[in-house]
Amino acid sequence: MSLAFDPQRWWPAPLLPKGDGRDWTLLFVVAALSFLASLAAVAGLAGQRATLGWRTELTGSATVVVRPSGTDTPDEAAARAEEVVAGVPGVAQALPLDAAKTQALLAPWIGPGGLPPDLPTPRLVAVQLDPTAPASGAAIRQALKAAGIDADVDDHSRWAAQIMRAGLAVEIAGAALFVLIVAVLGAVIAFATREGLAARREVVEALHLAGATDGFVARLFQARFARAAAQAGLAGGALAVLVAVFIKLAGTGDEQLTALLPIAWTDLAAPAPFPLLGALVAAVTARLTAMSVLAGRP
Amino acid sequence: MRYGREPEVLKDISFELPRGSFHFLTGPSGSGKSTLLKLIYLSEQASRGRIEIFGQDIALLKRKDRPLMRRRIGVVFQEFRLLDHLSVFDNAALGPRIAGRRPADYRSDIADLLAWVGLGDRMHAMPPALSGGEKQRLAIARAVINRPDILLADEPTGNVDEAMAVRILRLFLELNRVGATVLIASHDTDLVARSGMPSLTLDAGRLARAPRFDPVGEA
Ligand SMILES: Nc1ncnc2c1ncn2[C@@H]1O[C@H](COP(=O)(O)OP(=O)(O)OP(=O)(O)O)[C@@H](O)[C@H]1O
Ligand SMILES: [Mg+2]
Repeated sequence: MSLAFDPQRWWPAPLLPKGDGRDWTLLFVVAALSFLASLAAVAGLAGQRATLGWRTELTGSATVVVRPSGTDTPDEAAARAEEVVAGVPGVAQALPLDAAKTQALLAPWIGPGGLPPDLPTPRLVAVQLDPTAPASGAAIRQALKAAGIDADVDDHSRWAAQIMRAGLAVEIAGAALFVLIVAVLGAVIAFATREGLAARREVVEALHLAGATDGFVARLFQARFARAAAQAGLAGGALAVLVAVFIKLAGTGDEQLTALLPIAWTDLAAPAPFPLLGALVAAVTARLTAMSVLAGRP
Repeated sequence: MRYGREPEVLKDISFELPRGSFHFLTGPSGSGKSTLLKLIYLSEQASRGRIEIFGQDIALLKRKDRPLMRRRIGVVFQEFRLLDHLSVFDNAALGPRIAGRRPADYRSDIADLLAWVGLGDRMHAMPPALSGGEKQRLAIARAVINRPDILLADEPTGNVDEAMAVRILRLFLELNRVGATVLIASHDTDLVARSGMPSLTLDAGRLARAPRFDPVGEA
């Protein structure tokens, strides 16, 4: 029954017993961490794209409110304002909204009946800015003032600033989440390394008595956990990408969802380095933990 | 030397083993033979006294320097201490592997040595599937594979028949002939007598008989 064993083809077997029962718990936790990190990364990129989109939409346009003054009728005032604004460098197009449109915009406040036609109602001029070198709100205001037109210019900068602040807050939260996930990974690996060193005390002692350095022993755990983290990280990341693909496909046609989370196919590559990163974190933590535990042993 | 707060297990022991010498360590069960060997292979630390190995006071040895000293000491443990999850071959390869040698450089040596101790067709087996005597022979192979400068063996012939015991003794004598300092704890008075080698005798933790006395290695 003896298997043919050829010493010339022998290659060293792993010094730590394979497949300790506990490893499954560890793999699950690491996979879950990788899943969360990967999903957060994809969502973060899509969110960034969404805020950027809103911001360009807002900063690409301005609204001018023209109050008729002197002898001008509202229509005349609006027409003059249009001319002046169109002449400002950095303005692509200026379009006065006619009385009906303005009325429609005002309807929620004054009711469907509208205003008496002889009331000097303000008129709106919608301004499209040149996307490459947009005119500033101040420049438009300046030009209107110089032409003697009483008008307010809203360049949406207040909204843009708010969106930028919100975007920054999300980015900071994302970075904090990332740091937290790395810290949890480190803690889990440190715990598992301690467990492993305790469970394999006899093996470790045998290695020490045979002249193994602490570094040699630490390397065994390092390699084991780096590999486990890479494998579990890959599994968790792959699952996250699948979920992201599902969200993307489910969102096609649903404008609200795609506007909120415009996932691009390239975003799905973001989690690619995570398994490697996880392996690195696991290796470093396992080594530091093992070295400190072993240094405390007789 | 004492374990924890127990009474002293070894006391007032002074001896020196010259480089390249061969000694047996005898004495009744519980007299402290294994404990004395543990002190030498750096598994236990003396609670008082002084031990020098290769002219170095081991109490002053730094942790990082211990592995190199241990690699020069081959040990056959009384309880073998084989790694149950590794094959016979892998167990025997432990020393060279830890020393960082390349498998291609030592695998034939291991195959030869295992064949020599009668484990030639058990190289692939796992220790739990070995008989007591087979485990013992594997422990011996593992201890000598790296040609240690000091060989310590704790009851190395306790589980083998007389013919194998003689064979093992010959191996130890051969290692000694090429320069190793050998110390063997043994109950086997026949074997001790047959070897014609001197012995140190422990009795209740004291050195009852020593071939030469030299106050250097007090433990
Ligand atoms: N780890 C330990 N903790 C406490 N006491 C110990 C320990 N190991 C050994 N002893 C005690 O030290 C004494 C000497 O033990 P030791 O194993 O050195 O004897 P020995 O001469 O090798 O005996 P044997 O011939 O049976 O192997 C015994 O009384 C034993 O009970
Ligand atoms: Mg003993």
